[in-house]
Amino acid sequence: MIEQNLCLLLVVIPLIAAPVTAMLPAGRSPWLFTLVITWLCFAMSIWQLTMVLDGSTISYELGGWAPPWGIEYHIDALNAFVALIVSGIAAITLPYALRTVEREIQLQETSLFYAVFLLCLVGLLGIAQTGDVFNLFVFLEISSLSSYVLIAMGKRRRALTAAYQYLIMGSIGATFLLIGIGLIYAETGTLNMQDLHQRLQPILEHRTVHTGFVFMVVGIALKLALFPLHLWLPNAYKYSPSAISVFLSATATKVAVYIMLRIVFTVFSTSFLRITHTEFIFLILGAFGVVFASIAAIVQYDLKRILAYSSIAQISYMVLGMGFASTLGITATVVHVFNHALMKGALFMAAGAIVYRVGSSRFENIYGIGRQMPWTFAAIFVSGLSLIGIPGTAGFISKWYFMLAALEQQAWLIALVILLGSLLSVVYMWKIFEALFFRRSACTAAPVAEAPLSLLVPMWILVLANIYFGINTELTVGVAETAVRLLGVTAYHE
Amino acid sequence: MIDIIIGHYNYWIVILLMMAGFYTVINRGNLIKKIAGLNIFQTSVFLLYISIGYVNEGTTPIIAEGFTRYANPLPHVLILTAIVVGVSTTALGLALVVRIKKAYGTIEEDEIHDKDMSL
Amino acid sequence: MKHNLVLRFITKYLFPVIALFALYVQFHGDYGPGGGFQAGVILSVAFILYAMVFGMETIEQVLPLRVLRILASTGVLIYSGTGIITLLMGGNFLDYDILSLRPIQGQHIGIMVIELGVGITVSAVMLIIFYAFSDRRNHD
Repeated sequence: MIEQNLCLLLVVIPLIAAPVTAMLPAGRSPWLFTLVITWLCFAMSIWQLTMVLDGSTISYELGGWAPPWGIEYHIDALNAFVALIVSGIAAITLPYALRTVEREIQLQETSLFYAVFLLCLVGLLGIAQTGDVFNLFVFLEISSLSSYVLIAMGKRRRALTAAYQYLIMGSIGATFLLIGIGLIYAETGTLNMQDLHQRLQPILEHRTVHTGFVFMVVGIALKLALFPLHLWLPNAYKYSPSAISVFLSATATKVAVYIMLRIVFTVFSTSFLRITHTEFIFLILGAFGVVFASIAAIVQYDLKRILAYSSIAQISYMVLGMGFASTLGITATVVHVFNHALMKGALFMAAGAIVYRVGSSRFENIYGIGRQMPWTFAAIFVSGLSLIGIPGTAGFISKWYFMLAALEQQAWLIALVILLGSLLSVVYMWKIFEALFFRRSACTAAPVAEAPLSLLVPMWILVLANIYFGINTELTVGVAETAVRLLGVTAYHE
Repeated sequence: MIDIIIGHYNYWIVILLMMAGFYTVINRGNLIKKIAGLNIFQTSVFLLYISIGYVNEGTTPIIAEGFTRYANPLPHVLILTAIVVGVSTTALGLALVVRIKKAYGTIEEDEIHDKDMSL
Repeated sequence: MKHNLVLRFITKYLFPVIALFALYVQFHGDYGPGGGFQAGVILSVAFILYAMVFGMETIEQVLPLRVLRILASTGVLIYSGTGIITLLMGGNFLDYDILSLRPIQGQHIGIMVIELGVGITVSAVMLIIFYAFSDRRNHD
């Protein structure tokens, strides 16, 4: 019975756990309960991935109503992959969260904190699992509302304004997505993604379909922090609690990339992308995003802000991959979704460990801290190398595929931009290394101990995973290629 | 020409409300006015759905004697869900504004910006 | 507002009328406009009206915050619990046909139970929001 309903239980088990967690007394019990639930979800998502690795799909009807009348959960390799990433990051954030949450959130709010965390997990897993466009919107709003709450629980008062700005921009994005869904529904009469694909094919040149597409793409771009619409991201990542920075940076925007892939390639087809010349928009915005976000990262004087702008640059890479609209390009995007989750997760965990010991992440307060916290600094070093794209790390694999996709289409300018992005990331990563390791710390700074083990172990698991998946790419590239094949993207022809 | 204006009057109303709401969100500096603008923006979307989903002389979608044309319940259900989402967003936004007022003492965006920059 | 005789009189007599209307809307969602969300809001409006006229302490005695939080969680658990029960009885999630010997009866039971869960949660949450915005103790 569990195997038949697995794709559903992945969403329902955290959904039931969330109100139960809200009723638990304050103390260790909410954390322990959430830990058990996230590990259970991780195990279930691994099981689900093994079921669809060979290219088969699972179809589950909610309520016994057959699609297209009912809501259907349609799982293929891409869904299972995204669900694996989300539940994996959640499972590894929880052991990390024990100490940092105790330091940053007041005791009587911890049960509500973990309940909202589980609701965010429900939203993100639901987006990964569902095969119905409106269900996607509902889960997107569940995850977004929970993330506004989680960000607002940061210690400084600027967390409130950061959460407010994210709320306004995120709600506008979701409303645009809703308008797009409405227009598409008006044209076709169905909300099921597979059915929409069939029904949209004969009417692709209608103006309503184009308008719906534009609204949906802009709405998702707001959630994705695509270049001109990224203004909410640096403040949101900087001022949120450490565990939430880790979780959101590694999952929320990646799931938005997944939504964009689903909408553009499954609901509308690749040929539509070429008809409307959206691929050029993705290429241009992605290229600008890489360059501007990397330059913005270089001029920052705060560790978490540099990492936030770096996230915007990496997301622009993923959008670049979508702009190529070829097998290699989308493979690069899917592989980078996984690798970036590992890289940024490890980097934000290290930043959170520094904040745990010192209380601030501004450079003026943490000069030379690398020598007092050697393991944390080593984690930043290796993850930084992965971000730059040094061979032997996971980041290299994604950059390699991006370059292959660019060279296959002879887009020399884009290939230049990809290289330029790597060079700029060398600059800001070196700025971090130099500030943390080579500068002398201020005379008045108190000596600082290494981060506690419960922060170090999850960090190093992610760092070692970085190195492992940089060497053994069978899982990531294999799943990506299966996923791309099922998305219906064809290889690039002249 | 007249047909475009009079025949599609629901779309014109939707566009008017949508732009009014969107302009309020962007232009007004007061945090509560922004939330009000967001609400107007979302309400225009609901009107779009409902006006599109109207079935001429359709009755309630419960099988009854003598009726052949039923209204489509699906757009109305979508709007109910979207209204609940909008209410939750408004409630959350207003709760954030209450806490911002407690933390900063003001709810004007430029004053909050000045207080942040002056630290 | 305690001193306004008309308001006090009307509120005392309107409160059960509003609550009854909320129950009517709740259980007639099958046949007319209505359902859990609308009924929950109407029920919470009754309590909010009473609190606005007579002061918050009166409804805080009847519905303290911790009870409301438990009620809110209970409603969600009723909803998902129904889904889990249909899973355990062999059908898909929220497949109400399983719930009874006749499928139509099963659908009826299923919808009524989940709308009840929704109504409980929505009224509790609306009251929690009202408490959060109007609680004088936390405001300086």
